[in-house]
Parts: sequence; C-alpha cells; structure tokens
Amino acid sequence: MIGALTLLLAFQLAGEIVVRWSGTPVPGPVIGMLLLFLALRWYKVLPDSLRITAETLLSHLSLLFIPAGVGIMRYGALLAEEWLAITITLILSTLITVAVTALVMEALIHWRASSRNG
Amino acid sequence: MDKIVTNIWVYLAASPLLWLTLTLVIYLAAQWLFRRSGGWALLNPVALAITVLVTLLLLTDTPYPTYFTGTQFIHFLLGPATVALAIPLYLHWEQVRQLLLPIIVGLLTGSLTAILSAIGIAWLLGGSPRILLSLAPKSVTTPVAMGIAEKIGGLPSLTAVLVILTGILGAIAAPALLSWLRIQNEATKGLAIGVAAHGIGTARAFQISALAGAFSGLAIGLNALLTALLVPLIVHLLHLVP
Repeated sequence: MIGALTLLLAFQLAGEIVVRWSGTPVPGPVIGMLLLFLALRWYKVLPDSLRITAETLLSHLSLLFIPAGVGIMRYGALLAEEWLAITITLILSTLITVAVTALVMEALIHWRASSRNG
Repeated sequence: MDKIVTNIWVYLAASPLLWLTLTLVIYLAAQWLFRRSGGWALLNPVALAITVLVTLLLLTDTPYPTYFTGTQFIHFLLGPATVALAIPLYLHWEQVRQLLLPIIVGLLTGSLTAILSAIGIAWLLGGSPRILLSLAPKSVTTPVAMGIAEKIGGLPSLTAVLVILTGILGAIAAPALLSWLRIQNEATKGLAIGVAAHGIGTARAFQISALAGAFSGLAIGLNALLTALLVPLIVHLLHLVP
C-alpha cells in the first residue's frame, strides 16, 4: 500500500518535472499517468499492491472533488447574477457533448465493422 | 457548561480534524443514500455532499479557506488518483488499441463540441464575455481548465466551480442520455462521459464497469491536451479576447 502510493507520487513528481521543463500546457499528473502507462507496457508486470491501491483510489474518485467543489460557496453572488445563462449553457452543452461524442464514435465503430465484413 | 462548549468549538474550529472528518462522514453517508435509493441519479453523492457541507459552513460562519486547510489532504489525492488512471488503461489496452480511430475522431469532435457549444449557447443567452471565457474550458479536469481560463482572460476560480458543476451534471444525466440513444458499447459510454464530464463523470463511469472507467480516464487525459490547444485558438478566431 505505502509502496504503491510512493510509486504513484514518484510518477506524479516526474510528470510535474517534465511539465515545468518542457512548458506543456497539460498538468503534471496527466503526464505522470502517461509515464506510468509506458512503464507498465515496457515491463509488462502489474504488482498486485499497485492494482489494489489504484482500484481503491479510483473507486472513491468522487470524494476527491468535494473540497474543490465546496469552493462554489465563494461565487454565490457572481453565479446569481448570470445564473440562468450559466445553468442552461452547462446543461445543454454537457448533454450535446455526450451525445455527439457517443454517436460519432458509435458510427465509426459500425462503419469499420461493416467495411471489414463487406 | 457554555464555556466548555465554547472551548471545544474553539479547538475544533482551529484544527483540520473537524472538517476533514465531517467531509468523510458526509461523503460516506451520501454514498450510502445513493446506493439505498437504487442509484437514483439526482442523489449524486458529490452534489449532495457539497450541498450539505456548504450549508454547514454558512451556518457556522466558517470561511472557505479554513475548510480547505482541513480538507487539502483529500484534495491532494487527486494527483496520485490521476496517475492511477494508467492502471485501468493498461489493463484494457487491447480494447483501446482496436478502437484507436473511433477514439481519436470521437475525442476530436467531442472536444470541439464541448468548447463551441459552451461559448455559443452562453453567447446566445447574453452571457458576459467574462462568463463566456470562463465557460469555454469547462469540460476538462480542474487544473487544466483553470490554466486555460487564466491564459485567455477568464476567471480561473470561477472556471473551477463551472468545471465541477459540469462534472456533476454529466454524472447525473449522461447514463440516462446514453441509454436513451441506445448506446450499448461500454467503451463508447466511457469515452463520451469522460470527454464531457472529466473526473466526476469518470467516477460515475467506473460504476458502470471497469472498461467504461478505463475509457473515461483515457478521455480525461487526451481531452485535457486537445482543449488546451483548441480553446486559445477558437477564442482568437472568434475575436473573444478584449
């Protein structure tokens, strides 16, 4: 558990260093995820402790957003000012994005399957 | 008696223990309630926990920085959790490899749709430029979205809130929308949720299946990269920067 957590932190640290060094606009942890993925592909071993620690963290991913989410309390006034535009935009844009992404990906999967069979 | 109560409150208010413990207890209770309700979408645990915590903070007159000092240990784990997304990706790499073209095209259209629909709809509804610019990066993970907002002249901390609201909306609505669209492929479900609703959506996708979660996690990373490149370009082309 501690070993696995240390490994995750080490990859996050490596990611942060790469980001600072290269000036990429992506956050350090995302680069860390990429580096860990490459390391796993390279060694082709996934230690049980790492798998279990990752599964535990990811099964409670929603908990980790709560502290930042509570920050909404500081924006009461600003959100109230334009709440209607913000609410409608967030709802419509999120629904449209889910639908477009899913339909495009599904269409391509079907198109590829039929062109292979045909 | 009153003095004892005051003394206890003075101790608790100054220590990180109170809000850290409360956040965990409220999260666990929200999870329990969500499961008891049979996964009723409107009882989304993140939304419920945030509502209860904000109410408690306002009632006790506790400022947000005090709350955050106590709960930054939880917030900090977002970093290692993001790195941990490499594990489901590794375990499902074979499926990802087979769907590489649909994934890339789906991500690109999804990312563009998220940015353009946010700017377009808010503009039609008469949103101020400040709101438009803060909304543009709303579908990517918080730190990236804040970085983009800062670069284009939005309000980074408002963007953080909009990002979280987007994630909650996606987690609530996406599963129902996807089944209404008759999408059955779990890879597609995961990718669509991840593109639109980043980490909070991914938390929901992991409840659908490990495969959906893996694709959602993949979408977070790639969408962060795409959006960071696309938003400044689109904002420039639309002459949105004052």
